[in-house]
Amino acid sequence: MTRIKTLQDLFKRYRRPGDMIFALAFFLFSLALLIAMPWQTEWTARTAFFGQPAFWPAVSVGFMALFSFLHLMGALVSERIPGRLAEAKYWLRSLEFAAWFIAYVLIVPWLGYLPGSILFVWALAFRMGYRSLRWAGISALFACAVVLMFKSFLQVRIPAGELYDLLPSGALRTFFMINL
Amino acid sequence: MDALLSGLDLLARLDVLVALLIGSVGGVIIGAIPGVGPAVAIAILLPATFALDPLVGLTMLLGIYGSSMFGGALPAILINTPGTAVNALTTYDGHPMTQKGQALRALGLAYGASFVGGLISIVALILFAPLLARIAPMFGSREIFLAALLGIALVIIAHRGQTFAAGMLAAFGIFLQTVGLEPVKYTQRYTFGQEWLASGIDLIVVVLGLFALSQAFLLLTDPESAPKTQPIKGNMLRAMGEVLRHKRVAAVGAGSGTVMGMIPGVGEFTAQFLSYTYAQRSSKDPEAFGKGSPEGLIASESANNAVPAAAMIPLLALGIPGEALTAMMLSVFYVHNVIPGPGLFQNQLDFVYALYIAMIALNIVVVVFVLFSSNLIMRIIRIPTRFLGVMILTLSFVGVYSLRNSITDCMMAAGFGILGLVLKRQNLPIVPIVLGMVLGGIMETKLRSAMARVDTPLDFVNRPIAAILALAILALIALHVWGVIREHRNREPEFSHDHDVHDSQTR
Repeated sequence: MTRIKTLQDLFKRYRRPGDMIFALAFFLFSLALLIAMPWQTEWTARTAFFGQPAFWPAVSVGFMALFSFLHLMGALVSERIPGRLAEAKYWLRSLEFAAWFIAYVLIVPWLGYLPGSILFVWALAFRMGYRSLRWAGISALFACAVVLMFKSFLQVRIPAGELYDLLPSGALRTFFMINL
Repeated sequence: MDALLSGLDLLARLDVLVALLIGSVGGVIIGAIPGVGPAVAIAILLPATFALDPLVGLTMLLGIYGSSMFGGALPAILINTPGTAVNALTTYDGHPMTQKGQALRALGLAYGASFVGGLISIVALILFAPLLARIAPMFGSREIFLAALLGIALVIIAHRGQTFAAGMLAAFGIFLQTVGLEPVKYTQRYTFGQEWLASGIDLIVVVLGLFALSQAFLLLTDPESAPKTQPIKGNMLRAMGEVLRHKRVAAVGAGSGTVMGMIPGVGEFTAQFLSYTYAQRSSKDPEAFGKGSPEGLIASESANNAVPAAAMIPLLALGIPGEALTAMMLSVFYVHNVIPGPGLFQNQLDFVYALYIAMIALNIVVVVFVLFSSNLIMRIIRIPTRFLGVMILTLSFVGVYSLRNSITDCMMAAGFGILGLVLKRQNLPIVPIVLGMVLGGIMETKLRSAMARVDTPLDFVNRPIAAILALAILALIALHVWGVIREHRNREPEFSHDHDVHDSQTR
């Protein structure tokens, strides 16, 4: 019987530190959406109730508010798990990598996909502690492989970088613009 | 029979075979790397497959989906870290076997059970297809609406211990798909006067953020770790053959995976729970479960690998995905204007058979691959986790940016990445958001068309399938409430459980 209980533990989700912050934030978000509903959705004339443009936003935001309220109540009446502040700090620390991602997005249209990717992978790997020449090589190889696979082979739509305009016109520039 | 042969003919193309090979071999490797998993891989590859023929794209994605669990068993058994979330139960008996010096036996049993589970479910579904072709046309708008509603109810109820959170996240998913210019009356919904919100929030942006970017952020924020591995020696084929000594457990696991896979919103965990509980209760040695029982390992792996084929049923027959991976695959159909649903089984049964035959082929390819490559895969999975984060972040960019070259999409994906990270850290599920988005869209369209022919509320359930579905929803809610009350009476102190981030819950 003990084993079954432990097995259930494997499938059941238990609370974590910081649950109160998340529950409160989600409830406030739902509440804000609920308050904004009158001027962010419309009830149109001569339209059936279930066909109203505002019907599904009302249903979804209504349930969001209801369930997030119940979730918040659950967090309020449960025992506090220590480590709330550390958990919130962890969430904030991850914002740095979102910023890295946005920086990558911003440099590609300017530098081009291949140079942008090599620069990004190398710089982020360096930031994460992979500072040897070997890791710089691995980073460059990985970036090249990704560009070759997606842009050159699968031909996904990524526009050519502005920097490629500086290349002498002719076959090389066309090759860079199409494949790299 | 003609449709089966025609399906075979559809597959006999070089591009399909190459996609199958890349998908299955790639899936094993992706599944074996803890921290990647099929959801991340499929999310990244999805936009790239839009340019391919639907059968080629779907074969590749199915290859990844179907083979990742084979790969996921490898680190679960050898280093006690599941490669994918659904291999978590495999660690329970697989790793103790490794500690007893039976690593090869455990791996062989896991691969053998996965193969048997996959094969039994696919054969069952091929035999079941003609019946489905007859039942599927009975699903009109109201039945599809109710089936989608059942999916939402099940995905909420299935998240035991976090039902309210799953409910609010599913509702959030439904909300997300309503944002933008509404297509019937052309009114704006929750756009706050912002032009970039008028075109709505793309499912792929959300999926990439929640699955791929969040995983990259997690790996980059967490301390570095690289798994330590040791080589496997011996005859893998003979080890795999041992599964035949436990035919009953493998068959029940496969059956449970097939049935649970077909029901939207349920999936691998429930299938494994049922299969494992049955195996333990019917075993001559129940005490060995959790301490290195071969039967426990087989129950886990045969059940989880039977799910992918079965999960394609609601998607293909009704156009309703039951979990996140098939929800992503639905977008491949839409991009190519192939609308899955009753018509697909009636008019394109050969296409359906082609997908199933592809799944049989991928199981065979994978078994041949793992026979010889376990040691090679173990070397690959030793990638340091932070560099893995860099890799996922780089690959996610292609997925989001190639959609429509939009910086706004990338920023939104980054936002969803942070949300995904918080959810994973909180042991809260991501799947309800994705299913809410997809099923919410289906429910909106189907309810609108269904209500055109309904005068009183009872008209909505005056057809047998609609009535059965409505009763099933009510019964499920009642059973859940009863279960919660019973559980509350037998509750244990809060700190009798651990509050760590669980491997089985990072999706």
